Amino acid sequence: MIGTLKSLWAVGLKLFAPTQTQGYPEVKPALAPRYRGRIILSRDPDGQERCVACNLCAVVCPVDCIEVVKAETVEGRWYPETFRINFARCIFCGLCEEACPTAAIQLTPDFELADYARSSLVYDKPDLLIAGKGKYPGYRYWDVAGKTAPPNTDPKDLAP
Amino acid sequence: MTVRLTIDGRQVEAQEGEDLLTACTNAGVEVPHFCWHRAMGSIGACRLCAVKVRRHEADPGTIEMACMIPVADGQHIDIADPEAAAFRGHVIEWLMRNHPHDCAVCEEGGDCRLQDMTIASGHHLRRAGPDKRIHRNQYLGPLITHEMNRCIACYRCTRFYRGVAGGRDLDVFGAHDRVYFGRAEDGVLESPFAGNLAEICPTGVFNDRGWSKVYARPWDMLETPSVCPHCAVGCNIGLSVRANRLRRVISRSHPAINADFLCDRGRYGPLFIEGPSALKAARHHGHAVPLRTALDQAQEAIAVSAALGGAIGIGSPRASLEANYALRRLVGPEHFFAGLDAAEVALHRRLAAHLANASIASLADIAAADAILVLGEDLTGTAPMAALAVRQASRAAERALAAEKHVPAFLDNAVRVAGEGRRAPLVLVTPVPDALDAIATHPLRRAPADIAGFGHAIAAALAGKRADPDASAAAAALAAASAPVIIAGAGLGDPAVLDAAAAIATALNPRARLALFPAEANSLGLALLGGEGLEAAADVPGRGAVVVLENDLHSRCDPATIARLFADRAVIALDCVETATTAIAHTVVPVASFADAAGTCINHEGRAQRTIAARPDSAPAAWRVLAAFGGGAEAGLDDLQVALARDCPQFAAIAAAAPAASYRTPSGRIARAPARFSGRTASDSAGGDAAPPRDPDSPFSWTMEGGALPAELFQGVRILAAAALPPPAQAPAIGGAGLILIPLHDPFSVSETDRASTILAARAPGPQLRLHPADAARLKLAEGAIVSVEGRTVPLVLDKHIPIGHAGLTTRRTTPRRLMPEGSK
Ligand code: SF4
Ligand code: SF4
Ligand code: SF4
Ligand code: SF4
Ligand code: FES
Repeated sequence: MIGTLKSLWAVGLKLFAPTQTQGYPEVKPALAPRYRGRIILSRDPDGQERCVACNLCAVVCPVDCIEVVKAETVEGRWYPETFRINFARCIFCGLCEEACPTAAIQLTPDFELADYARSSLVYDKPDLLIAGKGKYPGYRYWDVAGKTAPPNTDPKDLAP
Repeated sequence: MTVRLTIDGRQVEAQEGEDLLTACTNAGVEVPHFCWHRAMGSIGACRLCAVKVRRHEADPGTIEMACMIPVADGQHIDIADPEAAAFRGHVIEWLMRNHPHDCAVCEEGGDCRLQDMTIASGHHLRRAGPDKRIHRNQYLGPLITHEMNRCIACYRCTRFYRGVAGGRDLDVFGAHDRVYFGRAEDGVLESPFAGNLAEICPTGVFNDRGWSKVYARPWDMLETPSVCPHCAVGCNIGLSVRANRLRRVISRSHPAINADFLCDRGRYGPLFIEGPSALKAARHHGHAVPLRTALDQAQEAIAVSAALGGAIGIGSPRASLEANYALRRLVGPEHFFAGLDAAEVALHRRLAAHLANASIASLADIAAADAILVLGEDLTGTAPMAALAVRQASRAAERALAAEKHVPAFLDNAVRVAGEGRRAPLVLVTPVPDALDAIATHPLRRAPADIAGFGHAIAAALAGKRADPDASAAAAALAAASAPVIIAGAGLGDPAVLDAAAAIATALNPRARLALFPAEANSLGLALLGGEGLEAAADVPGRGAVVVLENDLHSRCDPATIARLFADRAVIALDCVETATTAIAHTVVPVASFADAAGTCINHEGRAQRTIAARPDSAPAAWRVLAAFGGGAEAGLDDLQVALARDCPQFAAIAAAAPAASYRTPSGRIARAPARFSGRTASDSAGGDAAPPRDPDSPFSWTMEGGALPAELFQGVRILAAAALPPPAQAPAIGGAGLILIPLHDPFSVSETDRASTILAARAPGPQLRLHPADAARLKLAEGAIVSVEGRTVPLVLDKHIPIGHAGLTTRRTTPRRLMPEGSK
């Protein structure tokens, strides 16, 4: 008897507690930028695709759900001919973002990926590539790759 | 003599005269290194192999370069010593000072020595800024890429290219921290072994251009052991496949054949299966039809042939033994023909008989020889890796002189200096200048018809008879050697040359070994299987179907024979590339190439070696198709080999060439995919996917499930048994008018499959006719003229080295004959 009353009291108190329930989907939750949701491919400050198809994200992915196929522009710059992530498999661990040397692949706070068909969870490059720089605004891999000659180089120095 | 060492506290034995690095490697202890290479010795360029060496237990020890000091009894070697490890860490940091940060866009990544060594040394934070020494890269031809900024100056490339392969056009330029490895100016690397640079460079400076175009990371490819189908040497190769596409060919070590290297034909040739002329679709009367329809049509044509005199089978030295056997069983032994002209059939039979009675030289034996006679063969063109072995053998004299001066054998550069450029005797008897001339002690020129005679003169001189001075000198050089090797082959199409080579080897018995190179990958297997020439096939009466197996008959005999053979018959061609023969066949059936089918080839030593399917999805194996035509119900290669051994006991041993399909490692099948294979689930939809395919012909899985490859089980088996020598072949009559043929062999292009490889075709000069200027003037032909000869049109090159009355022609059919070149418009 006493126990039942105690329980009723405890539950009844909650009537006066501040409400936690959010009216999702009418009210969107505020998520930190580091939240690990839908994956995107970003671009360099100069607007070029950042991904160089190095395949490090693919190899680090614990569920093997990334497939990248390398291609090369006429100038010799590597880029992904195709880039596929299977969100039916992804566990949003973020290891791909950590492995990426070019800051191309980034997880975003968008988690609304549900779909009725598994095949629509397979995202290809057009679904992944965005116009902006994402979380790393100033970074450009090619500036730090140590492959471009400093402006004051003597051209005689470059050849045999 | 053995000495006893202690390596990191472990007692091991080593051979006196070895360097410490070799001793550690042989003991299974890895010492970090870049410049040392087991095929090229030590030069001490990279300084990474620093270890702590103590002369005795109580010695405080010094840091030494393990590759530069000899083993000594009682030495203690501490690889993990903190001081040595710190030294190696500094070396790596210096190397990385100028190294770009571009692993992400480097083809080497994932299989890079520098990457591995850097990580192992613990250098993962740079103290230097991003400004680097920058070089301009060169264009080095269609086979190899160049990214000089990644160089760590280990000198492996020049040591291989110049020292091992004898190339002249790659060198090192500059000084101190600006050394540059490349050509004096942009241009195609000349050596037919240049492709090895991609493998021996421990960084990403040189890479495989073909692979770069269809790149996948090394950890992302299925690796299947295979055997090169591009010449009779049968080098062991590894085929790398991803997404059902062959992307790269690498060398797979075989102690008796290709221990470390490959020729460019073997490295880039197999990519023909991805080329535009790969045969993919079935055809019937010129119309594309489903494979099933073509198979039904072919089977029906063969079935109705019984009433028309029986079907004829034309085999091929390009096809596997099993495919040739399945065809022979289908049409009956009396209706099976070898797919070569009669002279080449006789030539290869004779070659097989000589080998069966000889002490055969493998490539390892050639490399270890101390005197070599090459009789008539352009080895660099017909069997490139054998030429590379000859180059190693020619250094024997240099090594001997250096040893006299007490220079340790492992100090490669010191041996070269101390050796004073001495060359072991190499007698090179060829009709035209040869790529090996530069290292030959006796470079001799003889007309094709005189080469056999010259060989017999050497044999006579060895028996103490009088001979011409050149022959006597050659005989003296061979007689003085302790392990001479006599080399000849099918390159001139002259069986008398083979007889002469065998006679010399007999005269030198028991020291001498004999190497005879057949024309193609499975020429020897075909010769042992039997089957007459195409002329005999054309004489068969009746109108039954003719089944042509993986063979372009237009490169085998004259057009009249083909016309006679095909007249009134249904022509069924089974092939993996488009050829002139598939173009005129009534029914064309695509079959698996060597890379897609399990099968056996017999190499020049009589070694049966197994190929294994490398792509999960491809056309059916030719033997499977042919067995099905005849109602044979073999489920896999092993069953077919049982039938083959029953019908042709000479092949009973081939089953031992590789493990049967039922073989299992302790962890199950042998895994083709590395453990870190990526992207497996990128396209799947959770459970809705088909099970991975199974390979019924080999113990390999198509996934990463299973154990490691037991390499020692894939070394093939020698099958030649001593046989009675047939009577000497008739010297082929080459009467009539015209110029006598000198067959020219190109290291980059011999067969239709070589030409079907896009990347190799970009490197190969086209076919040509070479005439002495006097002959050309007589025929009123000028340099560069387009000449028609034997129904082909080829450009003319004037060459004063071609003997008068002869014509050099790039041709696959070597049968001695006369040519009548004519100017064409
Ligand atoms: S978040 Fe994790 S599971 Fe998802 S793609 Fe990246 S690495 Fe793979
Ligand atoms: S790790 Fe980054 S650069 Fe490399 S393939 Fe993945 S997304 Fe592209
Ligand atoms: S050579 Fe090796 S370490 Fe250098 S960029 Fe290429 S993969 Fe990285
Ligand atoms: S190019 Fe490669 S093989 Fe040659 S010295 Fe440099 S790192 Fe060594
Ligand atoms: S391996 Fe010894 S110095 Fe390079």
